Amino acid sequence: MSESIVRALKCRECGQEYDIAPVHVCEFCFGPLEVAYDYDKLQGKFTRELIESRPQTMWRYKELLPIDNDPTVGAQNGFTPLVRAKNLEKVLGVSELYIKNDSVCYPTLSFKDRVVSVALSKAVEFGFTTVACASTGNLAGSVAANAAAAGLESYVFIPHDLEQGKVLGAGIFGTKIIGIRGKYDDVNRLCSEVAGKYGWAFVNVNVRPFYAEGSKSLGYEVMEQLGWKAPKHIVVPMASGSLCTKVDKSIKEFIKLGLIEDNGTAVYGAQATGCSPIAKSVKEGTDLIHPVIADTIAKSLAIGNPADGYYANRVINESGGWAEDISDQEVIDAMKLLAETEGIFAETAGGVTLGCAKKMIESGKLPRDESIVLCITGNGLKTQEAIADEIDKPRIIDASLKEFDVLAKADGVENI
Amino acid sequence: MKQRVYLTFSEATVREPIIWKLAREFDVITNIRTAEVKEHMGLVGLEIEGEQDIVDAALAWLVQQDVHVEPIEQNVIEG
Repeated sequence: MSESIVRALKCRECGQEYDIAPVHVCEFCFGPLEVAYDYDKLQGKFTRELIESRPQTMWRYKELLPIDNDPTVGAQNGFTPLVRAKNLEKVLGVSELYIKNDSVCYPTLSFKDRVVSVALSKAVEFGFTTVACASTGNLAGSVAANAAAAGLESYVFIPHDLEQGKVLGAGIFGTKIIGIRGKYDDVNRLCSEVAGKYGWAFVNVNVRPFYAEGSKSLGYEVMEQLGWKAPKHIVVPMASGSLCTKVDKSIKEFIKLGLIEDNGTAVYGAQATGCSPIAKSVKEGTDLIHPVIADTIAKSLAIGNPADGYYANRVINESGGWAEDISDQEVIDAMKLLAETEGIFAETAGGVTLGCAKKMIESGKLPRDESIVLCITGNGLKTQEAIADEIDKPRIIDASLKEFDVLAKADGVENI
Repeated sequence: MKQRVYLTFSEATVREPIIWKLAREFDVITNIRTAEVKEHMGLVGLEIEGEQDIVDAALAWLVQQDVHVEPIEQNVIEG
């Protein structure tokens, strides 16, 4: 592997720098730590040709991901399709729309496989043998699967009322699942105590700065797949707001390295109204995030006190984007719209992204005549409960052509 | 022991001298490390030092005062 350009961990608030270690909070001001790089070391070396010559995984951008050696976890992850959504373009009345489809991310069908492969590869470099996470579901499955494949012990902590599909989707990998009576924010509360006591690598606690960097690979891929350019507008679902900030960082890095032109990309955030502290702050024109008690079917976005809310708010404002929120019914309607127009079955968070994009197109916040990318981050097979009552049940008939003829006629199908 | 917390004050509590009251009520050392106070809301990064049970009681008291208490280590990103 080429020389690492990771320089340090740097406080996003006061700028204090720390040696690379499994820590995530500035000792001085309690601000969050972020990985800082020496980009100059890559000047002229990290080219489009080099990237294109590599396997189609998220690791084709490995110089910009914070591990020292080749990945030991999730070496096949990433490089999901970017789909030109022609049918949705017609429905929404826009000229150029793409879906970044991380609902088929390898191996657990959500974008969490990106962040987890970075977090666990880094955890292995640090010498951890047990990894853990607090999760709203997708992360649990991803940690469990990637840990199993890497031979690591894993614990996942989830809210007790999580969708069955997500519980099953973690349990199958032999992880130890702990259901916590409470909301995701309560799960966090316990996890931080466990993280402090047990010396495990908690992907979204003590190895969080490395974990979060994995999200950038989604942005890199979008730019490469668009033919080495950034979209004019990109819509991102928001839970903690981390993805929003990392997509923005990915674009800025590619510009800095001369891989793309500055396209003035605006970043937009999407939330469900039942948990919309970041969207609310953007709409109200403040940068203070009021914690809320989450109540939405979009459980993977149900973080009432978003750690990166302030930074997501800043990215949205500085990039010229906007944030929106929609009701649970609108989430379901958007999930169906995406499935029926583009054949993509996204989880509830995908409904949030499309539904909010639709609302912003209708309100004029998202222009109709410029390129828009929607980030779909998880697979609908995991959140079937949310739409179980919304989908037509099969019409049951005997194996009789006569009976089918009756149905076909009712559907208006001509008898040939 | 030392506990690091983020305190979020609502519009109803942001003008109250709650941290002063805390130090009067409980035998703890309070050390404000970061703060942002606006008309409708306040955020304070606070270190509280003292005996474990007193620190726990102090944090419980803050919650009773309608302050949102989020231990720093628990300020976890999405999952």
